[in-house]
Amino acid sequence: MQELVTISTLNGVLYGMLLFLMASGLTLIFSMMGVLNFAHASFYMLGAFFGFQIGQIVGFWPAFIIAPVLVGGIGALVERYALRHVHRHGPVAELLFTFGLAFIIEELVQMVWGKGPADYRVPASLDYPAFTIFSTNYPAYKMFELLTAVAIFVVLFVVLKRTRIGLIIQASITHAPMVAMLGHNVPRVFMLVFGVGTGLAAVAGVIAGPALVTQSNMAAALGPILFVVVVVGGLGSLAGAFVASLLIGLVQTFAVSVNLSVADVLGRIGVAPPTGGALFDVWNVTVAEIAPIMPYLLLVLILILRPTGLMGTPEH
Amino acid sequence: MTSHITAMLYATAAAATAAAAFIMPAPAGAEDTVKLAYIDPLSGGGASIGEVGLKTFNYLAEVTNAKGGVLGKKLEIVPYDNKLNAQESLVQVQKAIDSGIRFITQGNGSAFAAAIEDFVAKYNDRNPGKEVLYFNYAAVDPVLTNDKCSYWHFRWDANSDIKMTALTNYMKTRMNIKKLYLINQDYSFGQAVRAEARKMIGAKRPDIEIVGDEVHPLLKVTDFSPYIAKIKASGADSVITGNWGQDFALLLKAAADAGLQVDWYTYYAGGTGGPTAVKQANLPDRVFAIAEGVANEPYAPAREFEKAFRAKVNVTLFYPRAVNEIRMFVKAAEEANSLEPTKVAAKLDGMKFTVYDGGDGFMRADDHQFFQPMYIANLGPIGKDQPFDEENTGWGWKMMGKIDTPDTNVSTTCKMNRPS
Repeated sequence: MQELVTISTLNGVLYGMLLFLMASGLTLIFSMMGVLNFAHASFYMLGAFFGFQIGQIVGFWPAFIIAPVLVGGIGALVERYALRHVHRHGPVAELLFTFGLAFIIEELVQMVWGKGPADYRVPASLDYPAFTIFSTNYPAYKMFELLTAVAIFVVLFVVLKRTRIGLIIQASITHAPMVAMLGHNVPRVFMLVFGVGTGLAAVAGVIAGPALVTQSNMAAALGPILFVVVVVGGLGSLAGAFVASLLIGLVQTFAVSVNLSVADVLGRIGVAPPTGGALFDVWNVTVAEIAPIMPYLLLVLILILRPTGLMGTPEH
Repeated sequence: MTSHITAMLYATAAAATAAAAFIMPAPAGAEDTVKLAYIDPLSGGGASIGEVGLKTFNYLAEVTNAKGGVLGKKLEIVPYDNKLNAQESLVQVQKAIDSGIRFITQGNGSAFAAAIEDFVAKYNDRNPGKEVLYFNYAAVDPVLTNDKCSYWHFRWDANSDIKMTALTNYMKTRMNIKKLYLINQDYSFGQAVRAEARKMIGAKRPDIEIVGDEVHPLLKVTDFSPYIAKIKASGADSVITGNWGQDFALLLKAAADAGLQVDWYTYYAGGTGGPTAVKQANLPDRVFAIAEGVANEPYAPAREFEKAFRAKVNVTLFYPRAVNEIRMFVKAAEEANSLEPTKVAAKLDGMKFTVYDGGDGFMRADDHQFFQPMYIANLGPIGKDQPFDEENTGWGWKMMGKIDTPDTNVSTTCKMNRPS
């Protein structure tokens, strides 16, 4: 039992931090610009492929810096030359724009790298088990993943809440004309935020690429769960996204290890479980079998019971 | 006997002319072609798989045409994108039929295969004289040649029961298997693998303890480490999985990360991205796969073909069964001296054939399921006399066991409705 709890907690935290890594840029862009970026997972994919390609030439570590900068640059250009114009037509137009952008990026990635998976590997310098608990190895690469996620959270939090830049960014969303009057270039602030947000997606891509599968459908596969993280955490709340990532990671991981079904529970409290009928499957499905659906269940429940999410603020 | 000799000649000729295929353009006009509609995903999540199939069939058409085509006509593959959707598959079949195509092939996804099989059967009922044949090269749900069988459907891939029969016939000889874990995708195919594995292992090696039987949602899991933790906790020494695509790759990566040391008995470790994952997971000689062909099998005609195929298409020949399909199609047309689908079908029905990898195969008349020798191979660093590696990993398939045609036999419940 102790073994199961320890291992599940560790796995849950690691998975949760991976989720936060991917969702941090999305929540940053939403909280600071009010744009729900559907193409976020696509920038994440671009990060993975850039990291793979650049890494082939200069090695993993330089690629870890270069790829996010490049992708962030592309993000900034997208904001400057496209999103800014679309912005005038309201949030629905923006949403549709980023939605379309996701398909374009996927197609471009397929043209350049093909449809099969890329052979993107963990760098040799991190390819060893960091420690072993109950004879299960925890690779150094996963620790690196965890540390990066925590570092990103801390840096973002401090910059947004404790510095002048953060102050200007926060003021830009609620009091744009006033910030402009004070002599700040508001559009440039937005461009910067979008660039940093997409750059963060790319950081996640470079790191997750070798750990998961780097191929042209990775964006589509990941997109939905990121929205769950952001919504459960509270749209636009960085701390909320952090907590939600951990929560989802832990819930999903623990659920996998539970082999109980409704029928089992009924059996234990002395009620004879049904032996047939249309709902037979429902009674006998185990918690483990539906574990990966748990986050979506959480999403639905949160929207019903607490629409602002765990730590979101009501609409201004 | 003569058919065997012809087939042998074909195999040799295919290898010999493979190289010539790139040089010799086959002259043919539009009306001199016989078209085969290829209906599989060419966009979206399944595209990476559909693309490989299309390249394979295009290459096969090229080789066939270099040898004079089908009854002197040029074989042309016409791609249709079914977007991994049953409704869309039928729309595409209809489109193909409307443009005059009488032969269609599809393989990815048994649900779509079932839809097409049913559609073709009904179409042929309603349109006598305009029959259409459906060649299935990869959809393995047993039901297609059992309860839902159709005279117009021919399956060249071993169905999942046959694969499990062959796999368990090999596993029963592996005395080091004591505790077995099953992990599969939660849909019809994964459930079939799970049920058959339980049944057959229970019958052939009752001493093996099944310590876990897990299903997970199809293509939705990003982090397999909790599943690996369960496998580890169960004390299993071997795992059977029907997982494919990213579900296979992520599962193995998570296993490698956690340092799980077990033997993996799989259906699709050879699929796109599979060998890369096995190499990344660093599990040499511990991942087994069941297939109807092994690249490194020492059968000269197949090796020649594989070599020429890789040189041209730049991927592994993942579908030796597609080679059988096209060769048997050509043979049936020639024996019938006609491209009329009913006549071709009558020849394919019960046809005996020397298969791509050598050995005897036959298209069982009872259910139109093709039977052929099956091979168990495992993946590891290539040694001598192993010319082929996979996905440039330096690792290749090594043949571990051959299950000859008679030992792959499974019964069928098919009551075939034959045209009078």
